[in-house]
Amino acid sequence: MSATVIGAARGSDAPPPSEKRGGLQRAQRLRNRNALLLIIPTLVLLAIVIGYPIVSAIITSFQKDAGLDPATGFFVQGGFAGFSNFTHWLLQRCPTGDGGTTSCPPGNLGAQFWNSTFTTFFFTVATVVLETVIGFWMAIVMNRAFSGRALVRTAILVPWAIPTAVTAKLWVFMFSVAGIVNALFNSHILWTSDDWPSRFAIIIIDVWKTTPFMALLILAGLQLIPGEVYEAARVDGASTWKTFWTVTLPLVRPALLVAVLFRVLDALRMYDLPAIFGGGNATATWSILVVEQLRQGPNSASALSTIVFVFIFLIAYIFVRFLGANVVQTTQAQQKGELK
Amino acid sequence: MKASRRPLLVAGLAIASAAALSLVGCSGGGGGSNSSSGGNDRGPITYVQGKDNNNVIRPLIDKWNTAHPKEKVTLKEQSDNADQQHDDLVQHFQAKDSGYDVVSVDVVWTAEFAAKGWLQPLTGSYKLDTSKLLPATVNSATYNNTLYAAPFATDGGILYYRSDLVKTPPATWDDMMKDCDIAKANNMDCYAGQFADYEGLTVNVAEAINTNGGTVVGKDGKTPTLDTSDAKAGLQRLVDAFKDGNIPQAALTYQEEQGRQSFEAGKLLFMRNWPYVYSLATTDGSSVVKDKFAVAPLPGVGSGAGASSLGGHNIAVSQFSKHKATAVDFMKFMESDDSQKYLVVKASNAPVIASLYSDPDLNKQLPYLSTLKKSLDSAVPRPVSPFYPAITKAVADDSFAALKGTESVDQALSDMQKAIKTAGSGS
Repeated sequence: MSATVIGAARGSDAPPPSEKRGGLQRAQRLRNRNALLLIIPTLVLLAIVIGYPIVSAIITSFQKDAGLDPATGFFVQGGFAGFSNFTHWLLQRCPTGDGGTTSCPPGNLGAQFWNSTFTTFFFTVATVVLETVIGFWMAIVMNRAFSGRALVRTAILVPWAIPTAVTAKLWVFMFSVAGIVNALFNSHILWTSDDWPSRFAIIIIDVWKTTPFMALLILAGLQLIPGEVYEAARVDGASTWKTFWTVTLPLVRPALLVAVLFRVLDALRMYDLPAIFGGGNATATWSILVVEQLRQGPNSASALSTIVFVFIFLIAYIFVRFLGANVVQTTQAQQKGELK
Repeated sequence: MKASRRPLLVAGLAIASAAALSLVGCSGGGGGSNSSSGGNDRGPITYVQGKDNNNVIRPLIDKWNTAHPKEKVTLKEQSDNADQQHDDLVQHFQAKDSGYDVVSVDVVWTAEFAAKGWLQPLTGSYKLDTSKLLPATVNSATYNNTLYAAPFATDGGILYYRSDLVKTPPATWDDMMKDCDIAKANNMDCYAGQFADYEGLTVNVAEAINTNGGTVVGKDGKTPTLDTSDAKAGLQRLVDAFKDGNIPQAALTYQEEQGRQSFEAGKLLFMRNWPYVYSLATTDGSSVVKDKFAVAPLPGVGSGAGASSLGGHNIAVSQFSKHKATAVDFMKFMESDDSQKYLVVKASNAPVIASLYSDPDLNKQLPYLSTLKKSLDSAVPRPVSPFYPAITKAVADDSFAALKGTESVDQALSDMQKAIKTAGSGS
C-alpha cells in the first residue's frame, strides 16, 4: 500500500525544478509528517489487536498454572514459572510433584509437542505441494479458451465454497468403516482411527477443498501474461515444455509465490478439519494442541502459543525474505503497470 | 530510502502474518477464595444452560415466575456444544459476573469449578436435602466432602441386545463373550461400545475398571490408582475382546452414533450405549431392529453388577450471585418431584429422584427406565477431579494405544498412572 503512495507522489507531485532546495526539503518534511499523522490510527489499532495479545501471552507464559492447595482443595495461583512452561513443551519435561521434573509420559499433552510439530509440518508440505501442482494444472486448463469455460470455472470452486466443518463431516461419512471409500476399494481401513490412514485422509480432504483456491490465484497470474510472449516463443520454435519452463513459470511466479505463502500459513494453523474429522493424536496439529491445553492450564497454553508464534514467524520471515522479496518488488512493479 | 524500507516491510509482513495466524492463549486461572458474600439476598436471577431443545425449561421457569413475581428467573441459553458451554461459563466466572446466578454444569466440570471457588457450597442456610436422590448423582456433585451442586439430570450406560437372537441377556461379561458365537453364526459383530480416542473411551474404560472393582483416581480426586490388579483386569478384558474379534476393530472408530448406526443396521449383537438410543432405534426409518431388541443393565464380573459411568448435569449457584437465597430456592424447585417428573415425561431426562423410577405411568412410557435404574444403582461417577480434562486425556490416549495393540496393558496403565500424576502436580 505505502509503496503505491510513495510511487504516486514521486510521479505526479514532484516539485518543479525551479524551486529552491530548502523549500523542497520543507515540503518533503511536511509530507512525511502528514503521512505519519495519517497512519497513526492504523498503528494504534495494530498495537491493540496484534501487539497486546502477543505481549500478554508472553507475560502469562512465564506464570505457573494454578495448583491445588492440598489443605483446602482450592486452586491457588502458581507464581513465577521461569522457563518451566517452555521446557515443558520443548524438552518435554513434566513436574513430578516434589519439585523435580521427569520426561512427560504419553497421555500428557507435553509429550505431544514434537509429534504435533511433525504432523503440522507434514500436513503443510504435503498439502501445499499437491495443491500447487494440481492447482497449476487446473489453472492452465481454465486459462484455455473452450466452450463452457465459465461453467468449469464456477464448478471448480464448489469445494472451496463449502464450509470446512461441513466438508469434514461429509468426508467422515465417506471414510467411515462402512463408508464408500472402503466399499470402493473393498478394504477395511480405519480411516478415522489409524495413524497414517487418518493423516492421509486429512491431506486428501484438504487438497480436495483448497486446490480450487490455489487454481484461482494461479489463474489470475496466468491471465496477466500477454499473448505476444507465447507468440514469440512459438515463432522461435519452443516446445510446449520449454514454453512452460521458460515463459509461463517465470512470469506467473509472483502470483504463485503469494498463493503458496497464503497456503503455507493457512496450513500451519490448520484446526477445524482434523478437529472435526477425528484421528486422535495422529492428526493433532499445533492449533489443536493449544486449544486442548487451554482447557487444562491457560499459562502453559500461553507458552505453547508463544512457541508456535515464534515458529510461524520464522517460517513466514524466511519465506518472505528469501523467496518473497521478489513478491514485494513485483507487486510494486505491477501496481505501477510496468510488468517485467 | 527504498532499499532500507524493504527489509522492514518484509519483517512487518512476516510479523503480521504470523501474529494473525498463531493462537494466543488467554490469561486467567483460578484464584480460590471461598468467601461467601451476601446473606439472604432475594431478587431476580438468571439461569444459564445449553439450548432448551425440547422446550421444557421455559414452561418450568414460567411456572416459577408466576409463583414468584418478585424473584423472576430469566433463562440464558448457551450453544449446543459442550466445550463451548464450558468455556462460556469459565469466562463469566473469571470475570466474577453476577449476571450468571444459577448455572447448569456437566457432572465432570463440577469439581473443577468448585476447586476454583466459583460455586456456592450447599451448606448452612443453603443446605440441600439429598436423601431422596440417587447416591451416585450426589457423589458427582460432591467435591472435597462438600456438596457444591444439585443433581439435576442423570444418565447411565445400558446394554442393548438383540432379543430375537439372545433369549436372556448376559449378566456377566464372560456370559456375553460366550454369546459371541451367536454373532458369528449370524455373520455379525458381537459387542461394541465407544472406543474411538475421545471422552467416550474414558467412559467405557472407566466402566471396565470400575466393574472389576478398580478405580481410576483415589478419593482426593488426583492420585492415580491404576497400578492395581483390579484395574489391570478391567482393561485386559477389553483388550482381550479386541484380540478375539469379539469387539470388531471397526469399534476403534465408534463414537455413540457410529455404534448406534451399526446396531440399527442389524450388524451388532450387543451394544453399550446411553438411553437416548432407545427411542431412535424404535422409530428410525432405517432401523431394521425396531422390535427385535431389548435393554439390560451392563454386564458385571462374577457376582458383581456392571458399574456404569455417570453422565448428566448438575445445577449450581454461582459464588458471585447477588441473590443466592432465591437461587437456592429455584434450584430446589428444579429438583422437586413435580419438576423432575415433568422433565422425564416431556424430554426423557433421566430423573435424579430414586422413587420416580418405580412410577408405573413413567415405566409404561419409557420401558427402559427400570433397566436404567439398575444401571444407576451401581453407577460410579467419572473421576471427580479438578484436573478432569488432563485425566480423561490420559485415560483415553493410553487405553486407546492398548486397545489398538500398540502398547501392552501394563505399559498403558503405567503411562496413565504417570500422566495423571503429572497432571495433579502442576502443568
